[in-house]
Amino acid sequence: MLVTCVLLLTGAFFRLQVLHSSSYELRSENNRLRAISVPAPRGTMYGRNGRIVAENVPGYSVSLLPGREDTVRATLSRLAPILGLSDQTQDALMKKYRALPQRPLLVSDDATFEEISSIEERRPEFRRAIVDMRPRRRYPDGRVVAHVVGYVGEISEAELQSPDFAGYDAGRIVGKAGLEREYEGTLGGEPGVRYVEVNALGSIVQEMGPGPAVAPVPGKDLTLGLDMDLQDYVDSIFPAGHRGGSVAVDPHTGEVLLFYSAPTYDPNDFVGGVDLDTWNALRTDSAKPLLNRVTGATYPPGSTWKPAVAVMAMRRGVVSIDEHMDIPCRGALRYGIRVWRCWKPDGHGSLSLAGAIQQSCDVYFYQLGMKLGLDPMMAGAARMHFGEPTGIDLPHEASGYFPTSRAWYDQRYGPRGWTESVVLNLAIGQGENQESLLQNAMLYDAIATGRPPIVPHLVRSQALTSRRVDWSLDLPERERKQLVDALVSVVNAEHGTAYPWRLQRWTAAGKTGTAQNPHGEPHSWFVGFAPAHDPDIVVASLVENGHPDNTTSLAVPFTMSVIRRYLEELHPAPADTAPDTGEARAGGTARERR
Amino acid sequence: MRGAEPAWRRQVGDVPLFGLALLLSFLGLAMIFSAGQVDVPSVATGIWRHQLLWLAVALAAFAVVSRVPLRWLEWAAPGAYAAALGLLVLVLIVGTGPGGTRSWLDLGPARLQPAELAKLATILLLARILSGEQRAAEGLAALWKPVLVVLVPLALVLVQPDLGSALIFGVILIASLYWAGVPLATLFLLVSPGISLILGFSAVVWGIWIVVLAAFLYVHRPYLGESLGMLALNIATGALTLPLWSRLAPYQQDRLLVFLNPDADPRGSGWHLVQSKVAIGSGGLLGQGYLHGPQKRLAFLPEQHTDFIFSVVGEELGFLGVLVFLALLTWFLARTLRTAGSTPEPFGGIVTFSLFGVWFAHVLINIGMTVGLMPITGLPLPFLSYGGSFLVSVWAGLAIVERVSAEA
Repeated sequence: MLVTCVLLLTGAFFRLQVLHSSSYELRSENNRLRAISVPAPRGTMYGRNGRIVAENVPGYSVSLLPGREDTVRATLSRLAPILGLSDQTQDALMKKYRALPQRPLLVSDDATFEEISSIEERRPEFRRAIVDMRPRRRYPDGRVVAHVVGYVGEISEAELQSPDFAGYDAGRIVGKAGLEREYEGTLGGEPGVRYVEVNALGSIVQEMGPGPAVAPVPGKDLTLGLDMDLQDYVDSIFPAGHRGGSVAVDPHTGEVLLFYSAPTYDPNDFVGGVDLDTWNALRTDSAKPLLNRVTGATYPPGSTWKPAVAVMAMRRGVVSIDEHMDIPCRGALRYGIRVWRCWKPDGHGSLSLAGAIQQSCDVYFYQLGMKLGLDPMMAGAARMHFGEPTGIDLPHEASGYFPTSRAWYDQRYGPRGWTESVVLNLAIGQGENQESLLQNAMLYDAIATGRPPIVPHLVRSQALTSRRVDWSLDLPERERKQLVDALVSVVNAEHGTAYPWRLQRWTAAGKTGTAQNPHGEPHSWFVGFAPAHDPDIVVASLVENGHPDNTTSLAVPFTMSVIRRYLEELHPAPADTAPDTGEARAGGTARERR
Repeated sequence: MRGAEPAWRRQVGDVPLFGLALLLSFLGLAMIFSAGQVDVPSVATGIWRHQLLWLAVALAAFAVVSRVPLRWLEWAAPGAYAAALGLLVLVLIVGTGPGGTRSWLDLGPARLQPAELAKLATILLLARILSGEQRAAEGLAALWKPVLVVLVPLALVLVQPDLGSALIFGVILIASLYWAGVPLATLFLLVSPGISLILGFSAVVWGIWIVVLAAFLYVHRPYLGESLGMLALNIATGALTLPLWSRLAPYQQDRLLVFLNPDADPRGSGWHLVQSKVAIGSGGLLGQGYLHGPQKRLAFLPEQHTDFIFSVVGEELGFLGVLVFLALLTWFLARTLRTAGSTPEPFGGIVTFSLFGVWFAHVLINIGMTVGLMPITGLPLPFLSYGGSFLVSVWAGLAIVERVSAEA
């Protein structure tokens, strides 16, 4: 019996120690070694002239090793006075801990050198704390580019679940918005791994090895087409206190030169976790500073849409550039039971299509709309892909909308809830039509170049430059040029709506717009391009409620300055003919702010 | 020629056995020293000094007890037994222990486990009773005296509660009866209520068991009254299983459950066994090196100086070290067994065989539980586990064995 039992014991030990030893060795390693992620530095973003848009500066992070809940809470409350954690923040951290109790808890990724020093001085109290040198994101001109670059932050629980972040670990800093989010895969790099030896209580005993076991792979740099000087310039001259935006594209390359939304915010506030007060202020601000007004919001295009109607009508042979309508403008048009007003109460008299574009005559376009008809207009808009996103390399692009069929109206208003007269509204860019600034710019890109526009993109890349949209004006070249001439006259002819802000050295073309909207005073639009016959820049600007009366259009003056500024930068004037005034003449109502 | 032998030869009959015990004690001391070498603050650090002191006490006890002739021990057995029972009652009133149990008497600098003393006293009294009988009892009824002698201390340690010691009292009863010549069939009937108690968890298994028992009674045909009595007792204990289970301390329930499935809750009740297996398994053939076992150093291994000292052996000295320790322990047990067999005198034989049974049970259960062959009962490993009372009781028991050997 003694022998049997001893043999049994020997057999059990033989099985554990000889036959299955390797699996237990592995479990022993897993027991004592904790893998700690080593963050990779994110790629730097440069503007088109080499200025830094987003970079990394040395920073420190503090994390806690996983452990029992009361231990973690106790350590947190000891850390609180050092790192300045409010009770609220501590509660939020504990919530985060409970969601993923097996993972190191990132307490701060924005600690200062002083804070780190005092933790290290009191190391025995903080045996569970991991202090890491980790690159910290910085946006040198954050306010100016906030809506383009976006910001970074700790990966959220929802993001951890999403397939976009497959393979990401908790505590990792990821792009949350804008380019940081769009190019997360490029900028993010691959974190490395280092090991620390811990005991059964989860306290760190020692670091393993001199460096990380797996070195992090730094993220790749990005060069943007964005002109940071232009960006600064717009920020300095955008009508003070107003909301709106401005976007400019190089039609030769599709690169976005300017992307500005006002009001703006500082994305640096989000790095290392936005504090609750700042966040609440941003979120509840009625001006919605977080809203990207260039691609994330849509507006009725107003008169800036008239050239689109002209294109459809000319393409179908309904009208030619010098054709007059039956009824001259006397300030209004009677149709059905309603009187449809022109923006100019005195009336424009009898105008050609070119004149109606130049002076933005509503009565002319009411009649042109009826002549074109609702179905051809909807078909024409669909052909130019209105109501679809442009495909810019930014997340959450708004698509806007345009009616696609009579069924669309039936669904919206009921079969008897609408009449044929909607076409009058559509003809002047009102009614069921919402567009983003960038979508509107694409229309003018197509008019200016006569080719399908290149899909707009923020990052400079050959591959992106070769992608064009799959639509074009489909207008004979002669008629397109006539249309461009009409747009030139808007800016450069005496009765043109943008005449007061014309440029001296350049021939700009474009169209003003005054968009009625349910939110108060009309929005002020200007969409244009220059030089008119070989454009280097297409730009669309909007100032919300920026057209309080019929004389002041806030969007035009600053947009003209943007065009002038960019073209001067691109084509410096010979020294002897350098413009000394440079300002638009008769620019009495130009509200430039310097 | 006996008179010419030196005086110590009349006390130490089996010199190799003594040598083995001394060797094992010092190896145990070395393992307890290693158990204290950890990277985290631990109660085990420095306790090897205490154990060294206890070893001195144990050797002193050996010297004293080995001078006492067996007759004197036989004469003193009832008194010792009564004193031990008194202490067992006392410990229930003023005792301390882990997790609200009452198994230790706190004597200031040292803690005494009266259960250890009670085991020795019970062995002596049982041997005295059984060796006094003219012939071995045939029927169960004739065994009422030895059963009662064991049941009283067994019940007292169960109340502490100390499941391991209760088990050892059972071992003492069976071992002494076996050596006294009680037939195996009778012993089988004697333990059958215990088996019923275990099988009572499953109505089906227990039903089969009752049928088997009835068949056995029919074939073996002991007295009718005894047969019916044992059958009734089996049914009663089987029915009592679940109510008794619910009265066990939760940690005891956990330990028994973990024995069945250690991986069920690796950070909870199963922690001990899983970590022990990881430590032993990662030791491999040659071990991680003396003092260098990472599982032990980083405190993953629980109770590394007491219940799980053998896991430290496994982790640090590997399979070869385990073989050496197993060989030494087996040799020690085998020589004890040989002493029991070589003595013609019934009292000494029963005492020696009972001690063999107790030590064997300790070795088997303690080492068995480190690899999951046995439930975790908290029984210490002779010579290796830290703990004064047990070390002294082993050496005192060894003194009796040596005396038996010398007087043979």
